[in-house]
Amino acid sequence: MRGPAVAIGLPFLLFCGLIAAGFLMPGWLRFITLIALAKGLVVLSLMLLMRAGLVSFGQGLYYGLGAYAAGLGVNLLKVTEALALLALGVAVAGAVAWVLGFLLTRYREIFFAMLSLAFSMILYGLLVKSSALGSTDGFNLPTPTFLGFAFAGTAARHALFVLTASVAFAAALLLHRYLGSTRGYLGEAIRENEIRVEYLGASVRGALHVKYVLSAALAGAGGALTAVATGHIDPDLAYWTTSGEFVFVAILSGTGSVAAPFLGSFVFEMIRTYAFAYSPNTWQMVVGATMLLVIIFMPGGLWSLFRRRPRLVTRS
Amino acid sequence: MTMPNVISASFLLPKRPVRALVAATLALLSAALGSQAQEAPKLKIGIVTFLSGGAAGPFGIPARNAAELMVEAINNGTVPAPYNSKGIAGALIQTVVIDEAGGTTKQVTEYRNLVQRENVDLVIGYISSGDCLAVAPVTEELKKLTIFFDCGTPRIFEDASYTYLFRTGPHGTMDNVAAARYLAETAPQAKSIAGLNQNYAWGQDSWADFRLSMQALKPGISIVTEQFPKLGAGQYGAEISALLVGKPDILHTSFWGADLEGFVLQARARGVFDARKVLLSAGEPAIFRLGAQIPDGTIIGARGTHGLFAKPSALNDWFRKAYYDRFATPPIYASYKMAIAFLGVKAAYEKAAAGTGKVPTQEAVIKAFEFLEFETPSGKIRMALGKGHQAIGDNAIGTYKFDKAAGQPTFVDVKYYAAECVNPPEGVKSEAWIKSGFKGAKCN
Amino acid sequence: MLTLVAILVDGVIYSSWLFIVSAGLTLIFGVMKILNIAHGGLYALGAYTAVSAIGSYFAGGYPPLASYALLLLVAVVVGLVFGLLIERGVLRLMYGRDEIVIVLVTYGVFLIIEDAIKVIWGASPYYASQPYGLLGRVQISGLAFSVYDLGLIALASVTGALLWWGLNRTRNGKLLLAVIHDREISAAMGVDVRRVFTVTFVIGAMLGALGGAFTAPTTSVVPSIGVELIVLAFAVVVIGGLGSIEGAAIGALVVGISRASSVHLLPEAELFVIYGVMSLVLAFRPQGLFRRVVARKI
Repeated sequence: MRGPAVAIGLPFLLFCGLIAAGFLMPGWLRFITLIALAKGLVVLSLMLLMRAGLVSFGQGLYYGLGAYAAGLGVNLLKVTEALALLALGVAVAGAVAWVLGFLLTRYREIFFAMLSLAFSMILYGLLVKSSALGSTDGFNLPTPTFLGFAFAGTAARHALFVLTASVAFAAALLLHRYLGSTRGYLGEAIRENEIRVEYLGASVRGALHVKYVLSAALAGAGGALTAVATGHIDPDLAYWTTSGEFVFVAILSGTGSVAAPFLGSFVFEMIRTYAFAYSPNTWQMVVGATMLLVIIFMPGGLWSLFRRRPRLVTRS
Repeated sequence: MTMPNVISASFLLPKRPVRALVAATLALLSAALGSQAQEAPKLKIGIVTFLSGGAAGPFGIPARNAAELMVEAINNGTVPAPYNSKGIAGALIQTVVIDEAGGTTKQVTEYRNLVQRENVDLVIGYISSGDCLAVAPVTEELKKLTIFFDCGTPRIFEDASYTYLFRTGPHGTMDNVAAARYLAETAPQAKSIAGLNQNYAWGQDSWADFRLSMQALKPGISIVTEQFPKLGAGQYGAEISALLVGKPDILHTSFWGADLEGFVLQARARGVFDARKVLLSAGEPAIFRLGAQIPDGTIIGARGTHGLFAKPSALNDWFRKAYYDRFATPPIYASYKMAIAFLGVKAAYEKAAAGTGKVPTQEAVIKAFEFLEFETPSGKIRMALGKGHQAIGDNAIGTYKFDKAAGQPTFVDVKYYAAECVNPPEGVKSEAWIKSGFKGAKCN
Repeated sequence: MLTLVAILVDGVIYSSWLFIVSAGLTLIFGVMKILNIAHGGLYALGAYTAVSAIGSYFAGGYPPLASYALLLLVAVVVGLVFGLLIERGVLRLMYGRDEIVIVLVTYGVFLIIEDAIKVIWGASPYYASQPYGLLGRVQISGLAFSVYDLGLIALASVTGALLWWGLNRTRNGKLLLAVIHDREISAAMGVDVRRVFTVTFVIGAMLGALGGAFTAPTTSVVPSIGVELIVLAFAVVVIGGLGSIEGAAIGALVVGISRASSVHLLPEAELFVIYGVMSLVLAFRPQGLFRRVVARKI
């Protein structure tokens, strides 16, 4: 057992290091890190579901909803505060998940995956059909204010980085506490054996419903932050390949720790950007081959590099 | 991070060690020849075009080929006058090529990488309108000269204005306005139209422009059916039946690439072309590939006076020949548009340098680029809209005829439309302009 | 009335095509519990190989009608070569791993195939439509249909019938059904499950390539055709019930007819119709139309 001081202290040091690094790194690397953190939130949301044995091929639904909520918040409701946009993204994603959760928590395995995919593709179809929202071209978002301060240029990029890193850190910390709690462990119990969980007096569907809404809220936050950081949104955010990419990164990361999704997300973005630059014609092949190698040689994901005794979290 | 000095062939070489090797060889070679190339300043250009996905074949690769050709020709000074000086304002071009695939978030990331990691001097690129919309504000943030060469949406400069951004390709409105004018003139008896367009922004916008233009030119024309199959669907059996049931006099489609080819093959087999005028508003890239498969009498546009619609000139003759010699296929409109972007850059840089013998500053180039008029293989391009940042050019529409004897596609009954006849005036949005009945259009 | 006829014919043609491209997917899932995304890649490989083969076949001036046999041959060869390559080279290392991990493995294989196709054939579209035009067109209630398209209905029926017969009426088919029903017990009873896996995967791969090969003459092939196909095929097999051949047939019919109805009656809804149908079916039949009985784990 590690002491609570270490449990909080080490991540906090890491967080401070990340913020400091954000000020020092070149602009392009800061942007990639920022996107990796925002997408890491979505991967984190998948990890939460995976721990309960559910794999969503439609997390793009909430990623897209979060982004469009933020985008419409700026352009329609004239909300300019970044934190408010973030809250909007989280709220919209969470609310939709709460409704869909009643249906989706009845499904398991591939049927859960495919039904969530179907819902994300329906959102995609709606967005493509909405010419008022720019159809597939999407629309742009202006730079928001941060706690009332309007930064411009590089200062705005720094502020955005600090915001995203803080949100990611807070989310990871809270999720870590949650996963360590009794309600959190219920996920693994459900994955192992639902019927026994029911015999023990817990409601499987209730527990899954909570996890599903939490997961959607995280993905919504990731979407809102990506929208604000990129300054542009389009329906591709909800397309199935986007969702598939998140599942891939989740497997790449491993489900061993709440830090894994962010690490995996960063590694993935770096592999892809260098594959783009140095192998522009065959970058997909590089990504695909990397994927195979990781799966073959690192069954626990990248996070297994940080464990002395890799714990397999895959099902037998 | 510095890149090795590779002059023209950098995008042909996949890996860094290979590049380094070639760079070293080139350096040795130029040292041995005692040329001054070593001291010549460099101009590093980031090029973004589709290398994968459905848009790579019909647009991305032809554009990349044109870029490859133009870089070499400009560096060697083999482009005809007035572009026959070596390099751009004396600087030799080197390039970094990036795939445009992966979506807008990815492209914004890669744009930042080009500017901040690869330290390019300017970026030429973007075929997808979504990518253009997403990248546009970032050009302002990073203050980097950027030229959009192809993307079609008029929203870029109609909804905002930019300092560092230019678009050397006219926007998409003129494609369908010209097509509607052509049909109003050549098929005055037509009473009904139908649309078959891919279900995404390009297809929806193209159809809206065409429908509104037809309604403005021929009030009371009826719309039989508006079909929007998914992008990349490939199978159009049901849509073709719907067209056959509806029997429109005119069929409009803005299909491109494999979708267009698939549709032509299936529609031809079922007689869609037999009883009506079919308009392929962006059909030009397909003519050399489909050849006799496209029935004679089909009406085709090339999104400007590109390809077979380009009038003979020293520049055009050189471009067609050089391109054909190098790639064994004629250049299509995406190739022309890429060449235009390079020539615009060269013209602007050299106007800004104006005999100083030095590579001008970015600010000077931007000043020179605004409202610039320059000659291209496709005729004169004028940066007339968007406060001098958005190009207009003439357009042409023609009727397809496959010359069986020569085995070559040709166009007959070609009509040329002056830029002011098919583009809205400055400050007027495209859609409002069409709805107003083309107020202020100057047609000859 | 004319519209009704059109919906029916268009719907059935489209369903036949859907069935051919998704039968392999559902077979592989049924036996191996692998949701094979690389199916899209096999489809693309089949299509590209067919285009190349037809191109040189017609250039050689051989009897045109035999080109249909050539398409079949392409499917068999592509399925055999790449099916073995993928199953023996990659999947074999993965058996026993989580289902979702294997899905991603097949996704990785799919990405590699996509770029390999680009390296071999380039990014430009290809077409070889000679077999498509060869049979001409017929009029049904005054509407022209391509005979080749109608031929797809026959091909789909024969494929479906052969699969059904092979599974239910032959000894090897029964072994396969045993493995579908319970892999461990079958192994304990002496069934060589690994061999069954290899054979199944190769047959599935052939079906994927068959879809590609017979689609190729009707359209123009580009590197992205695999991506477009795979989600569609997933939707079909999920609607029908994963792992069931009958299910894939019904799923294909449901999707085909709904899509044709939408195109003729409500074109705006075309983009949603497949996912709408899928959500509806799953909402009422959570395991698809043909569900398998699964023992509960206690």
